[in-house]
Amino acid sequence: MEKHLHCKEFVDTISSYVDGELSEELCAELDKHLSECDNCRIVVNTLKKTIDIYHQQAEREKVPDDVKERLFYRLNIEQFRK
Amino acid sequence: MINEESEPLNLKKLQSGDTEELTKMVQQYSDPIYRVALRMLNDQAEAEDVLQETFIKALRSLENFEGRSNLSTWLYRIAVNESLMVIRKRKPEISIKQDDAGDEENEGISVSQIVDWCCLPESEFLTNETRGVLADAIQKLPENLRTVFILRDIEGLSIIETAQALELTETNVKTRLLRARMKLREELSVYFGERLTEY
Repeated sequence: MEKHLHCKEFVDTISSYVDGELSEELCAELDKHLSECDNCRIVVNTLKKTIDIYHQQAEREKVPDDVKERLFYRLNIEQFRK
Repeated sequence: MINEESEPLNLKKLQSGDTEELTKMVQQYSDPIYRVALRMLNDQAEAEDVLQETFIKALRSLENFEGRSNLSTWLYRIAVNESLMVIRKRKPEISIKQDDAGDEENEGISVSQIVDWCCLPESEFLTNETRGVLADAIQKLPENLRTVFILRDIEGLSIIETAQALELTETNVKTRLLRARMKLREELSVYFGERLTEY
């Protein structure tokens, strides 16, 4: 990564880059860097994939039925009626 | 992540103790609260305790909720604080693990793993072994980075919502998020890099 002048700069902004929060100008500059730097392209792709895997895994996760049952039993919502 | 198709809740009804509305709130938020606790603690029994305590605290203090943040943000905040309390109780002699680097700078971000594992078959990302690796990797994060990653990237809160839930500045959230993401990427790159050699 060190051989590229902008790699360190890219890593500092990579999070905002994958979130699409950078200015058009800076984004274009980083796109250009990515087109020339294989290492940074791998870092950005694997970073996106990392976020994606965690998010997707959680999407399928629900509270188990027995846990929910015990939750409502413990809460006894009726007691909060004013 | 909150189910966006859920009906909006009526705060006045909640605060007046309307049982139907309170039940709706618990139904709507129990999945995300449980997920946050499970990711924070990696223990089902402790996550269940946090789930219950979060709603008990919320129901008791709903009438004081002023609506300065979203109801969801407020619930997330309670859940994170409850989870941190459990972590403190596990090892009271050890203070909560924090990332040593300051919130204002990005020094020390390691990029040593340059392996393109994105091309692995999707089925590789869904195995039980992978689930374990993901859970272990997130547990290795210091708590101050873990909370940010869980709320922003797993639950999908915005930077502003994450900042509100954790009572941080947006800049601090962004800095911690970058560090958390990069640490996880390194961890997963080691594992998936090895998997890649089998193809």
